[in-house]
Order: sequence, then C-alpha cells, then structure tokens
Amino acid sequence: MNIHEYQAKEVLKSYGVNTLQGGVAVTPDEAATVANKIGGSIWVVKAQIHAGGRGKGGGVKIAKSIDEVKTLTSEIVGMNLITHQTGPEGKIVNKVLIEAGCDIAKEYYVALLVDRATDSVVLMASSEGGMDIEEVADKTPELIHKVAIDPAVGLMPFQARDIAFKIGMTGKVVNKAVKNLMGLYQSFIKSDCAMAEINPLVETKAGEVIALDAKFNFDSNALYRQKNIVEYRDLTEEDPSEVEASKFDLAFIKLDGNIGCLVNGAGLAMATMDIIKLHGGNPANFLDVGGGANKEKVKEAFKIILKDQNVKGILVNIFGGIMKCDVIAEGVIAACKELSLTAPLVVRLAGTNVELGKKLLAESGLNIIPAGDLTEAAEKIVNAVKEGAN
Amino acid sequence: MAILINKDTKVICQGITGSVGTFHTDQAIQYGTKMVGGVTPGKGGQTHLNLPIFNTMGEAVEKTGANASVVYVPPPFAADAIMEAVDADLDLVICITEGIPVMDMIKVRKFMAGKKTRLIGPNCPGVITPGECKIGIMPGHIHKPGKIGVLSRSGTLTYEAVGQLSAIGMGQSTCVGIGGDPINGTNFIDVLELYNADPDTEAVIMIGEIGGTAEEEAAEYIKREFKKPVTCFIAGATAPPGKRMGHAGAIISGGQGTAEAKFEALQSAGCSIARSPADLASTLKNSLN
Repeated sequence: MNIHEYQAKEVLKSYGVNTLQGGVAVTPDEAATVANKIGGSIWVVKAQIHAGGRGKGGGVKIAKSIDEVKTLTSEIVGMNLITHQTGPEGKIVNKVLIEAGCDIAKEYYVALLVDRATDSVVLMASSEGGMDIEEVADKTPELIHKVAIDPAVGLMPFQARDIAFKIGMTGKVVNKAVKNLMGLYQSFIKSDCAMAEINPLVETKAGEVIALDAKFNFDSNALYRQKNIVEYRDLTEEDPSEVEASKFDLAFIKLDGNIGCLVNGAGLAMATMDIIKLHGGNPANFLDVGGGANKEKVKEAFKIILKDQNVKGILVNIFGGIMKCDVIAEGVIAACKELSLTAPLVVRLAGTNVELGKKLLAESGLNIIPAGDLTEAAEKIVNAVKEGAN
Repeated sequence: MAILINKDTKVICQGITGSVGTFHTDQAIQYGTKMVGGVTPGKGGQTHLNLPIFNTMGEAVEKTGANASVVYVPPPFAADAIMEAVDADLDLVICITEGIPVMDMIKVRKFMAGKKTRLIGPNCPGVITPGECKIGIMPGHIHKPGKIGVLSRSGTLTYEAVGQLSAIGMGQSTCVGIGGDPINGTNFIDVLELYNADPDTEAVIMIGEIGGTAEEEAAEYIKREFKKPVTCFIAGATAPPGKRMGHAGAIISGGQGTAEAKFEALQSAGCSIARSPADLASTLKNSLN
C-alpha cells in the first residue's frame, strides 16, 4: 500500500523528522488559507498523487504571491499528471500540498528498505539527492552507501553518523541528519514499511536538515496491525477493479491485453500470462484466485475480468492441489450462466478431482473449450480470440 | 536417500486443531508421513486425528522425538510458532502460512542465527519425498518416486512441473517449495547444495520468478559448483515493472529482477532453459539425452 507525500510527512513528523510547514488543499481558497497560515513570501504547490517524477511532469510549482498560490492550485487540481511512473494514461490530481519555500544548499538521498540479501532493513544514502536513484545506482554505484540494521538494537547513531559523513555532510549538519535518520527508522519500523524514501533530504543555507519529499510503501501483510496507516489509504489512487478484487481476497492486476486469465497460484498465474504471450496473444490481467477458492470466488473473479471491455476471451488454468477441480468447474458453470458469457472460454484443469471437473464441464451444455495441457490451452484461447476478431 | 525428509522423519504439526492444519495433517497421514503429534497452546492432553496434542513445542519434541515440524498457524502468530520450533532444536521447520509481516520474518532470521534448525518457507507449498513423506499442501497423488529434484518459489507451478514429469514417467527425488516471500528461511543455493550431495538426485528442475536476485545468485553457484543438469523456467516474463504479482517477492523494481536477466544468467551458467512453462519436463528430458 502507498500513501501520499503529505501523509508520509505526517508520519515522519510524529517521529521527529524535520519537515516544512505546510498543509493540504483542494480549492484555491483552501490553498490561500494554508499559505497565509504558513506566512513568508514564497510557497511550493505540489500535486499529491501516488507516483514519483511529479516535478518533471509539471505537478510541482513555485508561487511568489497568495494569488499565484490560488492560480497554481486551480491549475494543478484536476489536471491529468503524466510522469514516468504513472504510465502514459497519467493520474488525475485531487489534492495539492502547499509548503513553505526553503533555501536549499545541498540535496541528499536517503531510504530504508527490506534487503533480501542480508535479511534485514538497510539504510541507503547518497550525495546525489533529488535525482532518480536508479540512474545513480546504474551510473555511479560508488556514490550509494548502505548499512544493514540489526533488528535487535535498531539503527544505531554511529551507523547514521557514518552514513552522514559518507554522503559528504560536515559540521553541525551531521548530528541534525542523524536525528532525522533515527526518526525515519522509527517511522519505518513502527508502521511496518516495506520502503521509505526521503528524496531529497536537504541541507538549507541556514544549516537545517529537512525532508523535502517522502515516499512510503507499506507491507500489505502487516496492515492488520496498522490501523492508522490503513486510514491513509486513498482508493481513488488505485485501479477500481483491483480494489474490487481485493474485497474478495483475489490477487488481481489489470494489464493491457485482451485475454482474461483466471489461475490458482501466483507463479502459475504469471506463467499463464507468459505462455499466452509466447503463443502470440496478450493477457488482460494477472489473477490468482488463491488456494482456498470456492464457487463464489470464481464467480466474482469472472465478474472482475469481464468488467474490462478489452477482454475478448478467457483462459481458466487450474492445477488443483487443495483446490478441487470439480469445485472450480461448478464455479465456472455458475459464472457462465449467471453472467451470460458470450466470449470464448478455454478451461484447463489438472490435479485433484480432474476427471470429475472435466465431466461437469462437458455435461453443462455450455460452450466451454476444454484443454488438456498448458500449450493446448494457450493455443486454443489465442486462436479463439483471433477468430472472434475476424 | 532424497533430501530434507524421508520415511523416518517424525513430524509435529503446529496449529493442528485449526481447519487448515486438520485437513493437511489428515492428508499427510494418508500419504504415509510419520505424523507424531500436534501443538495447540491450551489444548495439551487432548487428542486430534488420533494424535497427541501438546501445549508447547518443547514438550512435543520431548515426548515424541520429533525432528521436524510444519506450521499452519495464522499469520499474526506464525513467526512466534517458527521461533518456538527453532528453540526446540528441530532439524527442520516448514512454514506453510502465507501473509507473515516481513518485519516478523526479519526477527525470525535474526533469532535463527547460529542455531541448527533449517526453515523452509514461509508462504510455500512444503516439501515432499514421493512415496516416503509429504509435509505441506501439495497434492500427493501427482508425484512419483524417482531421480529428479524439483525446486521452486511457486506452489502450483511446482505441481505443473511435477505433473509433467510424472506424465512422461520421470519420478522425483524430493520436491521443495521455498516460498514466494522476500525474506525466507532457505534459498535456491541451500537446496541445490543438498541436491548436489544427494546420490538419488540426477537432475533438477528449478523454477524462479521475477523479483530479487536469488536466481542470479543460484546461477553463479551452479556455474561454480553444481555437478548435475539443471532445467530452468522463470515466471513473469510478461509482468510489467512496479506491479507486485501476487507473491510479495515477485516485483520488478529499479530494473532489477526481470525474467530476461534471470534467464540469461541461468543460460550462461549452463542450465537448459524452458521458455514455456509447458516444456519443463520435455526440456529436462532432452537435456539428458
């Protein structure tokens, strides 16, 4: 789960990380109120969407008067912001964050993430703040510094200090950075983050250290114990069909092809997408119905797949382990009848109770194309969709 | 001989009285696994599926002589259950539970450092040595005893490989699902080392996924030390970057973890590559001829 910058800053602030004075606004008048409250003569208006690269996309602007704050807010709220992370379709901006301006002397990159190699949380930092960190990692990996954190004691000040020196901080700034890094670590641990990034962490001309931007991603497995974080969820930032799927505990991701997929198991679901592509087709989605799927769940899965207007055919691929093929077959039959399915449907069943499942499908009187193995299944659905298009 | 488990492995089920634990313990007993008891705190002294129930792992191990456990405990309590099993000095703990917070798993890994227990999973189908011992949720009947090791991050895709092998008469030595989580107990290399030393395993099918660099590291190990033929498939060649494909570990981020990079690394390590998940067994068979 992702949250907005202004929400991430609320979390950071509560753990002692230094952020700029600011507030969120939807209308120009709200923006003016926030700006007046902040005071000063320069403000930054920042689009709040769940994607990076907002500045380059025109979603972050500087205002030098309250009138300009209002004008920029009215321009940015409602705009379709396209960045390298939103995809070509972009994202509609619903809110802006108004913040005080600040005199930046230097920009740094800091992040915490879960590292598979060391089985621990790792603090990663670079002198190259404000840049695309992936590019830095690619071109100048020596400028990225990392330290693994022992979960028993947490991030120690000496580790944070060492990192601060390594990214080129000097003097009093170092201790200020340490305080911010310790706060970032507490935010990360206490709220079960998967990734927390401050890019840039800035050093101002007055020698302050401030988190100028913040991006948090949370471990979805831990949301059950993070009620405050769950409150931050913004459903308008998520794909509606993915939100719907999550209600039924289905792992669903929309893709841009035309063959709907219904599979059990994440690995097999990915492999099913891959084999469709290998045979010249294009998957419309990733969908894992999970291990304990029943008739209802299969029906809901069909509904979600069919909401996508691009879907011209469906491939069901089930390898029954715990899941029994006859139960899946019943679900498929019920879904076909209830939803009056007209698009071609190929069903491949294997594993537990496979013969019973196949028999149910064959006797259903429905136009279901059976397939014995993966290759046959992929070929049949790709051909059926092609024929339908002619 | 097989690896990890065999007909003499004595297994305790943690979370045996829950519906999932009950179902799979029953299946394991029917398969012939030596289930020797279960643990459900507060239900010690009772029996379930004709097996004795204990309050703690320590007690269960003391009374039954178990050397392995399987964890079906719900996610909020699973890390605790794993650590309890580790503390009871078992050789092997297999955690099936899906959805354990990653922070909990980091603590588990730290707790396990320097201890003898091996953890498989979490979020995995388990381990099976066909005809001898089944610990986990895989359908037993698709397996056949034989000489092929099957090693995978995914559950149903493992079944796919096993189904294909059995269909052409190639049995399996031991099949290991290491699970789809970013932080887990056992990685590809750990299992490959065991296969390398196992005279009963003649060749291996290894199934990876997008995300992380475990497959690339396995490729380096295979190139360096592995003596047996390996056939590989990586799921997720068509997955877009930045989208988590079901498994918490299956995500392409920062240009890392793509299927292409993994295929390339494994191919250059001398592995046979199945581009299609339908060709796992046939690719392996061809590589042996």
